[in-house]
Order: sequence, then C-alpha cells, then structure tokens
Amino acid sequence: MEQAVIYLKIIFAAVFVQNFVLSKFLGLCPFIGVSKKRSSAIGMGLAVIFVMTLASAATMLIYQYLLKPFKMEFYLDIVSFIVVIAALVQFVELAMRKLAPALYKALGIYLPLITTNCAVLGVTQLNLEFAKLNGITLTDCLLRSIVNGVFAGVGFTLALVLMAGIRERLESSPVPECMQGVPIAFIAAACMALAFFGFAGIA
Amino acid sequence: MAVGNVFTRGFFKENPVFVLLLGLCPALAVTTGLKNALGMGLAATFVLVCSNLIVSLSRKFIPKEVRIPCFIVIIATFVTIVKMVMAAFLPELKEALGIFLPLIVVNCIILGRAEAFASKNKLLPSVIDGLGMGIGFTLAICIIGIVREILGAWMIFGIPITRGGMAYSMKVFILAPGGFLAMGLLLAYFNYLGAQRARRLALAQKGIHEGKGAPAVDTSNPTVQTINSQNMIGKTGAGPCNLCPGCDKPNF
Repeated sequence: MEQAVIYLKIIFAAVFVQNFVLSKFLGLCPFIGVSKKRSSAIGMGLAVIFVMTLASAATMLIYQYLLKPFKMEFYLDIVSFIVVIAALVQFVELAMRKLAPALYKALGIYLPLITTNCAVLGVTQLNLEFAKLNGITLTDCLLRSIVNGVFAGVGFTLALVLMAGIRERLESSPVPECMQGVPIAFIAAACMALAFFGFAGIA
Repeated sequence: MAVGNVFTRGFFKENPVFVLLLGLCPALAVTTGLKNALGMGLAATFVLVCSNLIVSLSRKFIPKEVRIPCFIVIIATFVTIVKMVMAAFLPELKEALGIFLPLIVVNCIILGRAEAFASKNKLLPSVIDGLGMGIGFTLAICIIGIVREILGAWMIFGIPITRGGMAYSMKVFILAPGGFLAMGLLLAYFNYLGAQRARRLALAQKGIHEGKGAPAVDTSNPTVQTINSQNMIGKTGAGPCNLCPGCDKPNF
C-alpha cells in the first residue's frame, strides 16, 4: 500500500505537477518545433516515451553497476549517459526499421532528433535523485526510474498534443502581425503553464 | 567570409535564441535572475569555444558517419570540466543552475555550431564563431533575465531597485508561466522592430527608384501618402504608422 502511494505520487508529479515542458522547461525545442500538426505531435510524443523509458532503465543500470562501484559517478555520468542515449536512439531506429516498419515510417524523422532532446538527458539526471535516497533497494530504484521515465514522457506528450491542438486553431485566428507564429505559441504556452501551475497545490 | 562578420553575426542578425530559436530550454529555465543567466551564458560560451576548437582541429580524421557521436562526446567532456570547476569554486551557482548545467551537452547551439561551422572551417574562424555565438547567446538570455528579474522580483542582479522595501513586482514572471510569457512578448517585440526596419528600407528604396535621393521624411510627399493609404487597408488600430521616421501620425 505504501509502495503504491509512492508510485502514484511519482506518476502524478511527472505528468501534471512537475510537467517536463510546462514547469521544468525541458524539451522546448520539439515543443515549439513539432507542434504545428497534431499527427506529428503524437508521433514525436510516442517516440519520446519509448526512448525515455529505455534510457531511464539503461542509465540507472550503468549508474548502479558501473559508475558507483568504481567511484566515477561525479566525473563520467554526463559522458556515459549521453553516449548511451545516442547509441540507444540509433539502436531503436535500426530495430524498428526491421521489426515495425509501419511505426518506423510514422516516426521516421523524429527518431534521430531525440538524441538532442534535453528531456531525455534531463530525466536520466533527475532519476539520480532516487539513487541518492537512503535505504532504497536496487530493484526499487530501477523501478522508480522506469516509472518516472514513462510518465515524464506521457507528460511531455500531453503538453505537445495540447499545444498542437491550440496551434491548429491559432492558424485561422486573427493574430497581430508581429505575434504570428512562434511568439503567439509562447503566449499560449504561458496560459497552459498557468493552468498546470494550479496542480502545484495538490502536491 | 570576413572574420569580423563571423564574429558579430551571432549578436543580432543570427542571434541563436531570438532568431534561430535554439537553446530555448536554458534560455527560459535559468533566467529567473540576471546572475544565473550570466553564469549560464558564460558556461555555455566556454563549452562552445572549446568544442569548436577541438572539432575544428580533428575535422580531418573524424569519419563522416560517426561525427555526431564524436561531437557529443567532445562537448560532454567540456561540460564535465565546467561542472567540476563550478562545484569547486562556485557551488552556489551550480546549485542554482541545477540539472541545466549537465544539460549544456544537449544545447542545440553547441552541436549546431560544431556541425554547421567548426567541422568545415579552420581553427581561427571556428574559435571566433564560437565566441561570437556564445556572446550572442549570453546577450539574449541576459535580456530575458533582466526583464524577468525586474518584472518578477523588482530587482537587478539581486539588488532591489527601490529602497525601503517597496516592490512593484508581478511574481508570475519568475515562475514557470512567466518565462513563456516574457519570451513570447520579447519575440513579438523583436519581430515588430524587424518589420518596422524592413518597411523603412523598402520605402527608402522606393524613394531612390523614383529619383529622390533620400528616404521621404515629410508627410506632404505624395509617394508617402499613397503608401500610407495603401497601408491602411485591412489594418485598424492606433499606434504610429512607422512608415516615415519622425512622424507620429496614427495609422488610421
């Protein structure tokens, strides 16, 4: 029961309270760049959820079994994590082309972009906080990281898809000339962030 | 390409944040105050210059197929150096920047410059390009930082603007929604300035084509009045017409 509450808290925080895009400013480049159409937003979101889950698991394993025993966690975490993420993205791309060509075609261009999506490296860095908790077992730590990875991705996707819906409507609305395009998208994001800010009281 | 041009184009014309829309995450996340913005800008500039230097030196023997992972590892190394130096000498700043310090690795500006410029150019231009783009980035996030700090906390560089505890602040600007709001408004303002300049240039060119040496200034000039009336179509709302410098006539 206690465990379930902890996981529920992690999930709710990742999706709403600490939404990656709207309250942590992670992954803003795809948030602005890929939110013009709803279909591409959904594709990008799915790809990010997928990579974030795998990256959370892989980097936590590396941290626990390689970096920590050899006392390198302060010096090599950034380098090893980014290499793992880059390799993972490449691997996912290859595997998907072979195993799920339809999905590969749908995600196509968005997959390689994910390497430089700061949300992915961000979630691996944030997961390290679980590892620093006292009296936490290895499996528990790994499981929490994975749950956090999945639902941070879900939160990212939620923000991205909502934004795409708003921007599709903005296309046909009378926006002042100097506000057209990206500036009005930021203003809309500000309104969304204000709405999401309301969730902060729940935590 | 002239060296001076390589250096200065990142300041305004190709400003990485306001024009190219790169590196948005740190530009919004650490700009709650000028101090953090400056620290972030300098750290990113250091990484940018060093990574451009190494990428440019090794551009001849990095195979084309694996260049992106190579660049990322080079960048990550310098970010680690910055992180360790900051942990030793500026622990407060490191705390304030939080996870955005390691996230310099995935700042699109740095990888973008390595890919677009340093991997194709000699050592000196690459370093100068890195420095110029870094200064442009620092400038941009400092502008956002100043705006947010003044509006959100009524302070500059952590010092209150007015004495006696009076503060005219809108707290939302140092919270997350204010970051988006400030960025959107600043982008709109820069768009407005750009459009105004383009219109003025077009007008000046028109004046030259019709044999009038200087751009038209006085409103009695028939050319300007035609443009003015054309400009009216579909546009209502007050505000100066911006067509002629020095004229404050409203645009309706």
